[in-house]
Amino acid sequence: MWLYEKKLQYPVRVSKCDPRMAKLLLEQYGGADGELAAALRYLNQRYSIPDKVIGLLTDIGTEEFAHLEMIATMVYKLTKDATIEQIKAAGLSEIYAQHDRALFYTNAGGVPFTAAYIQAKGDPLADLYEDIAAEEKARATYQWLIDLTDDVDLQDSLKFLREREIVHSLRFREAVEIIKADWNTKKVY
Amino acid sequence: MSEANTKPIDAQYYKLLEELQMVDFGLLELSLYLNTHPNDMKAIQQLNQWSEQRHKIAQQYELDYGPLLQFGHSYSKFPWQWIESPWPWQV
Repeated sequence: MWLYEKKLQYPVRVSKCDPRMAKLLLEQYGGADGELAAALRYLNQRYSIPDKVIGLLTDIGTEEFAHLEMIATMVYKLTKDATIEQIKAAGLSEIYAQHDRALFYTNAGGVPFTAAYIQAKGDPLADLYEDIAAEEKARATYQWLIDLTDDVDLQDSLKFLREREIVHSLRFREAVEIIKADWNTKKVY
Repeated sequence: MSEANTKPIDAQYYKLLEELQMVDFGLLELSLYLNTHPNDMKAIQQLNQWSEQRHKIAQQYELDYGPLLQFGHSYSKFPWQWIESPWPWQV
């Protein structure tokens, strides 16, 4: 089961109202390499992965939900004080017409989230390589997002998330080695 | 925030929250590391040490600003504190 903790993993501050940036951040909310996809991918893979890696998938999958909350907080703070004029100018009219200021799981281009973003192959190495690739793709997206804003407060939170992708990638690489070592040991007997 | 039941927050709130976030970050990093390095005795000792420190900081935070966890993992004063604002995205 899960417990919710009433705090963010890392502070999210923004220095201005910026609905245009909020729209771009949706890539990490409901996009293919976003935090929702990451959380669901890892937690779902737990049931077919060797026991030695279940703890890692559980913890990283759980951390991704904390990241999802940080992205939602960014979008919320960047749009809460926006006027209709600012929303129109930022190209958010289509979103506003359907959702008002509600968050919705899409990518930055407005494409709704789909389960097709989440791979589950059943082969431990195939799944872990998928996870490493997902972390590297998310790291790249965070870099593009950092480049797309001049808000230093927002950049600070995005840099934290970018660094987390690097750590997760490293841990998944170690998990690959653990599984390989295990297979090699078994061959001896 | 127009909700009636909003707890006032001050500079001390942000200081304590940041302290908690810092120690939790250390604990998270150690935990993920230990998942792939389960035989690192020093890391386990450090985690247990920080865990004790975490407990103290969380206790102080909850005393001043309300529960971090629901379902009986945190205590509540009267009236029921869990539903009080601000929520994490509102600060």
